[in-house]
Amino acid sequence: MTDAPKRTPLFDLHVELGGKMVDFAGWEMPVQYPMGIMGEHNQCREKAALFDVSHMGQVMLKGENVGEKLEAICPQVFSSLKEGKARYGFFTNDAGGIMDDLIVSNAGDHFFVVVNAALRHQDIPHMKASLEGVEVTEIFDRALIAVQGPSAEDVVGGLCPAARDLKFMETAIGDIDGVACRISRLGYTGEDGFEISIPKDKAIGIARAFLAHEDCEPAGLGARDSLRLEAGLCLYGNDIDQTTSPVEANLSWAIQKRRREEGGFPGSARIQKELAEGTMRKLVGIRPEGRAPARQGVEIQNLGGDTIGQITSGGFGPTVGGPVAMGYVSAGHDRPGEKVNLIIRGKAQPAEVVALPFVTQNYKR
Amino acid sequence: MATYYSEEHEWITVEGDIATLGITQHAADQLGDVVFVEQKETGDEFGKGDEIGVIESVKAASEIYAPVDGEVVEVNEELADNPGALNDSPEGDAWIYKIKLADASQLEELMDLDGYKAFIG
Repeated sequence: MTDAPKRTPLFDLHVELGGKMVDFAGWEMPVQYPMGIMGEHNQCREKAALFDVSHMGQVMLKGENVGEKLEAICPQVFSSLKEGKARYGFFTNDAGGIMDDLIVSNAGDHFFVVVNAALRHQDIPHMKASLEGVEVTEIFDRALIAVQGPSAEDVVGGLCPAARDLKFMETAIGDIDGVACRISRLGYTGEDGFEISIPKDKAIGIARAFLAHEDCEPAGLGARDSLRLEAGLCLYGNDIDQTTSPVEANLSWAIQKRRREEGGFPGSARIQKELAEGTMRKLVGIRPEGRAPARQGVEIQNLGGDTIGQITSGGFGPTVGGPVAMGYVSAGHDRPGEKVNLIIRGKAQPAEVVALPFVTQNYKR
Repeated sequence: MATYYSEEHEWITVEGDIATLGITQHAADQLGDVVFVEQKETGDEFGKGDEIGVIESVKAASEIYAPVDGEVVEVNEELADNPGALNDSPEGDAWIYKIKLADASQLEELMDLDGYKAFIG
């Protein structure tokens, strides 16, 4: 993996807009623009922000009973996912850990799946090997743009009125400037918004059209991270990985009733047992009392000085106005209100376990 | 009164044997939005190259390294309540320490403004 970082179809626009480019999962991506992470974060919470998420893997699944076949490798119900609906899910491994998290949409004549950038090389072969009779095609000729924030409906609806009719977790083909795009009402910021899959040669033109709206500004990976953290959303590689089970990660809500009861997915023995009996550790929200951010890797102790866990994501939450974090703590310490200490640069800093999310999610239900 | 600059992007302005120390505008711009500053206390002594504080931005934590030997004689307490001042005025109101120099000859090893400008390109 010593290849030069890849560039998305929006690369030239990022550079033109003053994006500070960094290598992220093998992709040259903007971490921020001149507005800065804090400003971009607030822009998304208050108006609208445009993110390039083209580094994520877009995959088309074609064949008979794709939804049902996906259930062999995911603990979700996809067989009854209606056309035009999207659902959050994950691939589990035989030990009940999470291989990756993803969004699955029923696009009518195919299923449309979006996976994490860093795991494209794992997920595509995994689906090809596991989904018999399904044609698995990685889409390389489309960009993916997220427009997020309370003004997102205005920004996207202004160019594509049909987008206004979508509700949270719905998807449709819409015409933007004469270009057929897949528009899905979802995102990873905790705000209302859309992710739009666009033919790559039209991506910069459509991004410019969105940015021409007075409420819409570009935002980079830095703001994307603080937004999803405040919204209590897991980042693969930080908060969830091959060793963490969905129950530990508080993702049980994403395992539908039938699958909980019937099992029949990789790692179902562990996951069903944990659903019934609880887990040894749990992912929780952590709110440091002081101003010092607690970042990934910081040790969590109980007030007696025993290690009870570790921070998996942490930083400053601009909307909260202070540091916010997520981490795993051992059973018995996961209740909101539990007082803990965070060991930051050798010093114990007081903090409290809190309910997630840190900010109210503003989805259009 | 003269101002010197370090390769770690600190400035130090000397009046007699007392000096004011902070980070440069260039450093502040690179850090991005500052959200927390960890400072030493008055009376703490340090040697050149020692870590004498940490600046946390939205992006990451960055250490402050002492450009000279000395002792903290005053801490800018404003930064605890308003760390963002380090973005607005890092070479003015948002100084970090006043220090007593242990060895003024160490200043010779630092850069002047022209040297620093050339250093950051």
